[in-house]
Amino acid sequence: MSLAVVLILLVVGSVIFHFLSPWWFTPIASNWGMMDTTVDITFWVTGIVFVAVNLFMAYAIIRFRHRQGQRAKYEPENKKLEWWLTVITTIGVVAMLTPGLFVWADFVAVPKDAAIVEVVGRQWNWSFRYPGDDGVLGASSAKLTTPDNPFGIDPQDAAGQDDVVVSDQELRLPLDRPVKLLLRSTDVLHNFTVPQFRVKMDLVPGMVTYVWLTPTKTGTFEILCEELCGLAHFAMRGKVIVDEPDAYATWLAQQRSFAGTQSLAAADPVAGQVSYATCAACHGAQGEGNVLLNAPALAGQPGWYIDRQLANFRKGLRGAAPGDTFGPQMVGFASILDAAATRNLIAYLQTLPDPRPEQSVSGDASAGARLYDTCAGCHGVDGQGIWTSNGPRLANLGDWYLERQLKYFKQGVRGKHPQDFHGAQMALLMGTLRDDRAIADVVAYINTLGSGPAMAAAGTAAR
Amino acid sequence: MAYVAIADRDTHLHDPQTFVTKYIWSQDHKVIAIQYSLIAIGVGLVALVLSGMMRLQLGFPDTFSFITPNNYLQFITMHGMIMVIYLLTALFLGGFGNYLIPLMVGARDMVFPYMNMLSVWVYLLAVLVLLASYFVPGGPTGAGWTLYPPQAILPGTAGASWGIILMLVSLAIFIVAFTMGGLNYVCTVLQARCRGMTLMRMPLSIWGIFMATILGLLAFPALLVSAIMMILDSLIGTSFFMPAIVSMGEQLAYEGGSPILFQHLFWFFGHPEVYIVALPAFGIVSDLLSVHARKNIFGYRMMVWAILAIGGLSFVVWAHHMYVSGMNPYFGFFFATTTLIIAVPTAIKVYNWVLTLWHGDIHLRVPMLFAIGFIFTFIHGGLTGLFLGNVTVDLPLSDTYFVVGHFHMVMGVSPILVVFGAIYHWFPKITGKMYNETLGKWHFWLTFLGTYSIYLPMHYLGILGVPRRYFALGETEFIPDSAHIANESITISALIVAVVQILFIINMVWSTWRGQKADPNPWGATTLEWQTPDTPPKHGNWGPKLPEVYRWAYDFSVPGAARDFIPQNEPLDPKIAPGRDHGVHA
Repeated sequence: MSLAVVLILLVVGSVIFHFLSPWWFTPIASNWGMMDTTVDITFWVTGIVFVAVNLFMAYAIIRFRHRQGQRAKYEPENKKLEWWLTVITTIGVVAMLTPGLFVWADFVAVPKDAAIVEVVGRQWNWSFRYPGDDGVLGASSAKLTTPDNPFGIDPQDAAGQDDVVVSDQELRLPLDRPVKLLLRSTDVLHNFTVPQFRVKMDLVPGMVTYVWLTPTKTGTFEILCEELCGLAHFAMRGKVIVDEPDAYATWLAQQRSFAGTQSLAAADPVAGQVSYATCAACHGAQGEGNVLLNAPALAGQPGWYIDRQLANFRKGLRGAAPGDTFGPQMVGFASILDAAATRNLIAYLQTLPDPRPEQSVSGDASAGARLYDTCAGCHGVDGQGIWTSNGPRLANLGDWYLERQLKYFKQGVRGKHPQDFHGAQMALLMGTLRDDRAIADVVAYINTLGSGPAMAAAGTAAR
Repeated sequence: MAYVAIADRDTHLHDPQTFVTKYIWSQDHKVIAIQYSLIAIGVGLVALVLSGMMRLQLGFPDTFSFITPNNYLQFITMHGMIMVIYLLTALFLGGFGNYLIPLMVGARDMVFPYMNMLSVWVYLLAVLVLLASYFVPGGPTGAGWTLYPPQAILPGTAGASWGIILMLVSLAIFIVAFTMGGLNYVCTVLQARCRGMTLMRMPLSIWGIFMATILGLLAFPALLVSAIMMILDSLIGTSFFMPAIVSMGEQLAYEGGSPILFQHLFWFFGHPEVYIVALPAFGIVSDLLSVHARKNIFGYRMMVWAILAIGGLSFVVWAHHMYVSGMNPYFGFFFATTTLIIAVPTAIKVYNWVLTLWHGDIHLRVPMLFAIGFIFTFIHGGLTGLFLGNVTVDLPLSDTYFVVGHFHMVMGVSPILVVFGAIYHWFPKITGKMYNETLGKWHFWLTFLGTYSIYLPMHYLGILGVPRRYFALGETEFIPDSAHIANESITISALIVAVVQILFIINMVWSTWRGQKADPNPWGATTLEWQTPDTPPKHGNWGPKLPEVYRWAYDFSVPGAARDFIPQNEPLDPKIAPGRDHGVHA
């Protein structure tokens, strides 16, 4: 008897929970409202069956529970009833399936006038490519992927020259225009999901997949990876910004084309050496860093990382947050370097010998080794840095500097700027370093790195 | 004829004489069943602990320093694979299949007892190889239980060198073990039934196990070849599943392989696998409901055909796991249609279970509580399957907690409730002792209500868009704080449910030692296993003479009969109207 009562309570409770649940679809921001409708239809059909069958069962338990002298009825089958139930079930199934298939037919047929944008996923970040004026994306291949050509665009293909390449994790789309997103991965499976768009699709290395949609709301939405892609899967986030068409066009015109990224003048290390004179005051004559002046080592750091950090200082992504005591000093210096000067500077830094800074942090390196397991995903097993995951080199950077920056990430001094994607990713991963002790331990372990085989290989490859 | 090995005998059988041949290298299907079950439950407890660990991380992120992202992914991977393969598949087929098939069809043993013995020991080897991955560099694989390449064998995923290889080798060994057991189950059902036991007189438990075994024999080879191919990709650099890849900033030597090929192979196995677990549960629960409602199962023939239809259809629905995989989207039309068609025979089974209760004489003993609990959870899990099977509806929900909620209701909680119900139901026959009813009821209520409070909210987190397989949610705009509270409450429920299983273990251990002596047929059941001359049944099951069957397995409450059940081996009585034509005259 109590079983029947509990079943009734569970049915009633589930229905109440359903209607009162604070968790429901995010407000839709694409043309796929029909998907929500098919979900609603399915909820109604299945909800009715859930309530009806369970209540009938509860009633049967109450009515036919064992009593003294009671005997069950002998009723092997009832063909008519069974056929009726089959027919009704079939009708319910058809009622759910039919609208679903019609909406799917829409999903399969991409509108002819859809704009094309390519989404590239790699462990654990997003980048985007727009076809330029010719409306055609140039050929690309994972085989051509290098730090200077991260999209692997075929330099021989004329169609690729005007492709607009964006690597700052922000996808921009114009409002009310159908867009076909071509999805590509250069390493493992990923999945492009924006909850507000409803549609999602995997990125599969070796092939190009797609989704199409029409954004119907301006605003900023989060991109999530929803296909397990390794240890930082949960931190593979990006943003999509839906703009009015004019604002979108203005933004697009400001972006660099593939040809633009490839045709820069050759860097001049001699000119770089001249600029470096300013930096040397703090960072040392050989870029070895100076703990007394709070200046980290620069020598040995990959060029793409120096470039990005200087840009971050210029744009206010770094060195502007309250609590960042020493970062603001860099902002002025960074802003005097233009693109060419930065390239020259980097070329010069790469001629400097690898530093071997003194060690000042004491922690338990063996405990740190376990924690570093997570860091290795982006920064490499030897702390050598990995360009595809945007993880800078950690080895030989100076342990006092690492400790301070890790604390900044932990305290929210770094990684809070809305456009600082990599900082935010680092801040999210800081969840694995619970306290100052863990930070000291992992830094102590990083102190032991810097001479492994991956480090040696990276010395030539990553620059 | 196969009757030779199982025929009536005047002379003594080759009874095992020593402790070792009786309990270790035993060829008795009942001992092998218990060996299978104990190993499966043991490794299942490991998987239960792993789920507790992952729930700790999800409920209270940033609290437990011993859980890193890699650890978390290792937990989910090992939890999933152990529960699906090493617990449920092994327990239903190796455990219940072994115990019930010979007893229920009236055979002395499996037709290949030696191979049956090998099966359980090879299964143990598979479990040991799997658990060994905790002791190799890098630990077990963290690729998710679906083991998708390329990431399963690339750096950036835990256990990408040692762990994944041990996992794949363990699966291959398991498949060998399963094949040896499975051939036995099929052959025994087809060849060793006693006189009068026609196929359409078999209890539904046997039908479910029989069909599930056939599915396994056809589906596991797909997993075997994909495991072999992935091992080759990893160890000698073939490119079955590996296209050109830039991993960790470096070009790899792979070229031309297809990650989606693996997914097709995996799910060609993986979907029938759902029914390998579900069909035995369907069969067993039918028998529990019938016995404890004192009423024939409603629509027996339809139930048998539904099992066959579901089994057949389960081979043409696999790609509904891949709607967002990037496969040709036109597949969506086909697989959505086949998937929703499967809902019809499945719904019929549910109706017939409920209609079995109608006009019954329902005894709410512990096995019956679990059986009815199963109907509730299965309805819930089955209905949410209609969301995910319908390609358009799946898109927003795919890879979210809705999926996690769905498959745990339908093939986690539901089959486990049947496992518990079945263990309580057959416990008196297996041990000759009665279990403790009060402990059993507490076990049921806490497990049933606890699991629902775990999985119901998960569906709604999924609708909100919370992705699965996330180590931490971080700050995500569309996820409100209330979702974190839900995660905490789910974790608390999960820990309670996990701890409650101690009640079950105490009950089983205590009752086996100290329980009251059980009646040979305490529930008044009709099937042959309750009619053995000894309880627990001795080696050879039936004494000198094999039973003979005269009627179907569901002659409960037959009008005119003195008792409310007539065992299958009781000859027809001309004074009692035979139960329509349900196999009675076959």
